[in-house]
Amino acid sequence: MDVIDLSWWQLGLAALMVVVLAACTWAARLNVATPLLIAATRTVIQLALIGLVLEALFAVGALGWISLMALVMLLVAGREVMARQKHRLTGGWAFGVGTLSMFISAFSVTILTLVVIIGPEPWYTPQYAIPLLGMMLGNTMTGVALSLDRLTETVWRQRAVIENRLMLGQPWQVAIGDIRREAMRSGMMPMVNAMAAAGIVSLPGMMTGQILAGSPPNVAVKYQILIMFTITVGTGFGAFAAVMAGSRRLFDDRERLRIDRLSAARN
Amino acid sequence: MPQLQLRGLGNALLEAVDLTVGPGRVVCVSGPSGSGKSRLLRAIADLEPHEGAVCLDETDRSSLPAHVWRARVMLVPAESQWWGETVSEHFVQPMPQALKALGFEPDAASWMVSRLSSGEKQRLALIRALACEPQALLLDEPTANLDDAGSRTVEDWLLAEVRRRSLPVLWVAHDSAQIKRVGDRHFHIRAGRLEST
Repeated sequence: MDVIDLSWWQLGLAALMVVVLAACTWAARLNVATPLLIAATRTVIQLALIGLVLEALFAVGALGWISLMALVMLLVAGREVMARQKHRLTGGWAFGVGTLSMFISAFSVTILTLVVIIGPEPWYTPQYAIPLLGMMLGNTMTGVALSLDRLTETVWRQRAVIENRLMLGQPWQVAIGDIRREAMRSGMMPMVNAMAAAGIVSLPGMMTGQILAGSPPNVAVKYQILIMFTITVGTGFGAFAAVMAGSRRLFDDRERLRIDRLSAARN
Repeated sequence: MPQLQLRGLGNALLEAVDLTVGPGRVVCVSGPSGSGKSRLLRAIADLEPHEGAVCLDETDRSSLPAHVWRARVMLVPAESQWWGETVSEHFVQPMPQALKALGFEPDAASWMVSRLSSGEKQRLALIRALACEPQALLLDEPTANLDDAGSRTVEDWLLAEVRRRSLPVLWVAHDSAQIKRVGDRHFHIRAGRLEST
């Protein structure tokens, strides 16, 4: 079955519907028309650009260029993780811990999936590698950001409790144990929820896309399950690494809580 | 017989302190607020960066993991913190006699933390600390939230435990009558220096 290509006038019809929506909200003075149009324009420009980049990348297919693309994606995700935290680790650690956790988890799971499970020839074939890595990084980023934010925020609020537990002779891992568990949980919950709701409440985006593009549903389902599992593993190990490294950094070699290694809240 | 020895202990607020507290002895420390009393205790418990060394008996602090040191040289802060739902979750062993001595019902261990008054918390925090069987005590205003009668009960009980267990004690206090009652020696912090009085 061939994919029905979309022509520009067909996309134009969809765009026209957005414009109609904007006109209606403008007429009713609901003040969302401007941001709506700006966001819609951004979508067109950003996706058109990435389309060009991907076309070029697919044409070249060289490992060097694919790695460069992956590196840019990783650094942008690292920046995003840092920006979402209220109390950051100081001295570059917020960026470092987040980026390293995502690198360890998202990259190794993507490469493992490519080499062992999907097995395209060569393994870094960009048609497989880049979308897979993008989906991994996007979700791992959310997990790492949520768990790091919960970790640092809770430690900041409960520093007196942690110190009192240290005074009673508890090792630092015990004194921060509850907080670690909470942070890990909040990083994992989105994926646990997504897996629980998949197919019943929601048809996942990738599967929908594949079916629309002409794949038989049972192939789409298998890919979707693969993606769900790999994303969960990536998110889980990413959050795990971030929570472990982040909490270790909050104590020094004499097991003192170093609250001075967190920045005060930004406004 | 454990004795607590401070050698050149100091931080930004306090000039280096040399001090030895013998077993079963209580050394009181007083001083205006913000003079560094609490931070002196925190430094001894190794809770924040500082200079100097501390020994308990012949054991140097740096030779022990920090949490082992803190379990032996236990700091009881003025404001105690509670993380569990019930009182007993915070105790490493039941302390029925201590509870009775400080005027608690026998079922106090099953009380909800959220319903404790500040005075109850303060007394329970002292019992909680002694349940860990420390070898030295650092007390930061242990009777700050208690009335006179309550303070006297806690003082008597603490002194009896200190003598029985031969604990060296550093006791931060501001009430001069209390210092007279409990202290074997008394130091006052003035302009960043520990002065004997």
